[in-house]
Amino acid sequence: MIKRLVLGEAGIGVALVLLAGFFVIAAPSFATEQNLRNIMTQITLNTVLAVGMTFVILVGGIDLSVGSAMALCAVVSGTMMAGSGSDLTLVGGILVSVLVGGVVGWVNGFVSEQWRVPSFIVTLAMLNIARGGAERYTDAATIYNLPAALNDFGTLTLVGIPAVFWVALLLAGAGWFVLSRTVFGRLIYATGNNEEAVRLSGHKTSRIKIAAFMIAGLTVGIAAILYMARLNIASPILGQGYELNAIAAVVIGGASLMGGRGSMVGTFLGACLLGVLTNGLLLMGVSDFERQIITGLVILVAVVLDAYRLRLARKLAVAQPAQALTPAMTPS
Amino acid sequence: MMTVSGLVKRFPGVVALDGVDLDIRAGEIHALVGENGAGKSTLVKALAGIHAPDGGTMTFDGAPYTPAGAADALAAGISVVHQELALLPYLTVAENLFLRALPRTAGVVDRKRLRADAARLLAEIGLEVSPDTLVERLGIAQMQLVEIAKAISTDCKLLIMDEPTATLTSRESGRLFGILRALRERGVAIVYISHHLQEVLELADRVTVLRNGRSIETREMAGVTAPDLVRSMVGRDLAQEFPAKPPTAPGEVALKVRDLKVAGFEGPLSFSVRRGEVVGLAGLVGSGRTEAMRAIFGADPALSENIELYGKKVHIRHPQDAVRHGISLLTEDRKSQGLVLDLPISANVTLAKLRGFLVRFGRERSLAEDLGRRLHLRSAGVDQHVRTLSGGNQQKVVLAKWLNAGSDILIVDEPTRGIDVGAKYEIHELLLGLAAEGKALLVVSSDLPELMGICDRLLVFSRGKIAGEVARADFDAEHILTLAYSGYLKNGETQ
Repeated sequence: MIKRLVLGEAGIGVALVLLAGFFVIAAPSFATEQNLRNIMTQITLNTVLAVGMTFVILVGGIDLSVGSAMALCAVVSGTMMAGSGSDLTLVGGILVSVLVGGVVGWVNGFVSEQWRVPSFIVTLAMLNIARGGAERYTDAATIYNLPAALNDFGTLTLVGIPAVFWVALLLAGAGWFVLSRTVFGRLIYATGNNEEAVRLSGHKTSRIKIAAFMIAGLTVGIAAILYMARLNIASPILGQGYELNAIAAVVIGGASLMGGRGSMVGTFLGACLLGVLTNGLLLMGVSDFERQIITGLVILVAVVLDAYRLRLARKLAVAQPAQALTPAMTPS
Repeated sequence: MMTVSGLVKRFPGVVALDGVDLDIRAGEIHALVGENGAGKSTLVKALAGIHAPDGGTMTFDGAPYTPAGAADALAAGISVVHQELALLPYLTVAENLFLRALPRTAGVVDRKRLRADAARLLAEIGLEVSPDTLVERLGIAQMQLVEIAKAISTDCKLLIMDEPTATLTSRESGRLFGILRALRERGVAIVYISHHLQEVLELADRVTVLRNGRSIETREMAGVTAPDLVRSMVGRDLAQEFPAKPPTAPGEVALKVRDLKVAGFEGPLSFSVRRGEVVGLAGLVGSGRTEAMRAIFGADPALSENIELYGKKVHIRHPQDAVRHGISLLTEDRKSQGLVLDLPISANVTLAKLRGFLVRFGRERSLAEDLGRRLHLRSAGVDQHVRTLSGGNQQKVVLAKWLNAGSDILIVDEPTRGIDVGAKYEIHELLLGLAAEGKALLVVSSDLPELMGICDRLLVFSRGKIAGEVARADFDAEHILTLAYSGYLKNGETQ
């Protein structure tokens, strides 16, 4: 039991429960049905982006471009869908958004693999390119009159849960399945752990890494659609700073920025934790500035605790070799 | 001035130094020679304060010498120029030279004095570069000289040089020897380690031969010849035990390599290996064996190659091609190149044969368990992370990975390095068993007795070329070692 607490994602789960418990007492309106739905809507975008970011971070990369790329996806597909009521343009718009995201992700991955440039730099450049591209595309204008059907979906509730959050859940579930059950997921973990060993075992690690960036790009395209569904606009300045929230969720979820360690369950819990924190503090009337400070501290504590946890895990592994560690990829 | 007696250094599973005696006089050049793994590097590291010995004594300048770290050695006046250069490429020559104690006034680096001191030191060793040059811009030989200048910048009484000429042309080596002789005149003692026996004969005043961690003899250089040294290095004791080698009947040619050229090595290399045959690649460390094997496997690009498998020409550009053609490469460094340390045994075992969409966890488990049993893998179960296994068991996991891949051609690079005796025996047994099944094996090893114990045939590499081929019936350590040194005896001009 102690081992599970120390080694698994259970630690974040416990932190989440404690935090929620605190808000239930400290903020009377926290535990209402309406507010829970609000939280789900609020964490939807970050969850979707963090699912893709998990793949990138697991292979030892980072993607700083997701916020800007989301704006690019939104304006390109928003321009296409605006003012039209036909289902065809709606479907086309969704596909285009996903396509643009996928292409941006592929470029990120391809450039950093082909020329061996750190993805930090490549995606930093892409952050600027995509943002500038989005502004140029609409001449900095905001796009209104998106299809009504899209907006309907943004406000739809299924079984008491917002439809957009269902999408996030679905993506997180799919991400979990890929990472923990498929050969591709296994290779993602292995490449992040020791790329050379994987390459010398006969796998094209470059392709695996580029695929991870593409997956991140696809989630960006989906997030852009969800954004438009919720707010009914597409703006070239949307999504600023979203990349950092996504990275924070993944890291709070126990992933290592060196790659090879992390999980989809952890990422999901990390996104929930950030969402609950923001929402609860807001309800308590904490100012924006203080909220940022507290969020920053939470990230720090999570990372420090995680470093400590890892040391402890290594010690346990050496002290009792008879008890095998839970493999990183098996579902918890 | 430096006296070492009965020095012992043990590492887990290996005794690196097993009673070394050495005495070094002021104003002499003292050569250290010995085979790979004879203990030269460990001895140097003990002298430099990097390894604390487990037994024996060292005295320096008449006082007991027990350095707690490299800083103590430096303070005592002992400098080491290691084989790998330790310069900072983006700093200037002057900064590199005096990094340990930059001259300063009121806490700010005194650039003028730094430059002047550096210029004086550079003039002393005859290196004509500006002290302001970035080290990055220097040639490898110049870097080597900067290292030497750095070593003598402190008040150096004993200078230890580990393979200083490995990367130098003969002209540059000549200049280096001049500098060393000048230092000797000043009373500096120099310990000189080299594979180049010719250099040793030319330069040194005395020589000490190491073998299996023991000092065999120390002689005045006058009258000593290269064959004398080789004979002394080989010795007669073959303490290791090897499994009985079953008689083999080699089949068709499995792998044929023609005119392989690898960057940085002379080549070209041509050789072949048959089914059921164990071919050993002997030679000194750095003679190009590993590089040739990596090129065949597609791990590094070859300058030119012509590879035939079972008589058919193939192109191998990536390890993936090699694996698909049924070639395996067990790399020399299992931790950085062979294993995914933070994944369990089962995931490592299937890594080279992972295809399809879903991981079949049940099948993977039973596969790993079967192979584990076959290889006598000692673990807490196939879920154990590879990081927590011992060296020998880690190596068995890598072997299991390649057995699972089902390759017919196995290249193994240093298969038993850093592994305890028991596991060594088991791995040798396994390799012989694979050959008996009809697989073709190429074994790179710096452990000559190992190669002589398990191979049918040896290719002896020397300085990037195959210096000779020896059949099992003609195995003779002295002959093989003479071949291995042959490329270094001629004062070759090529690199």
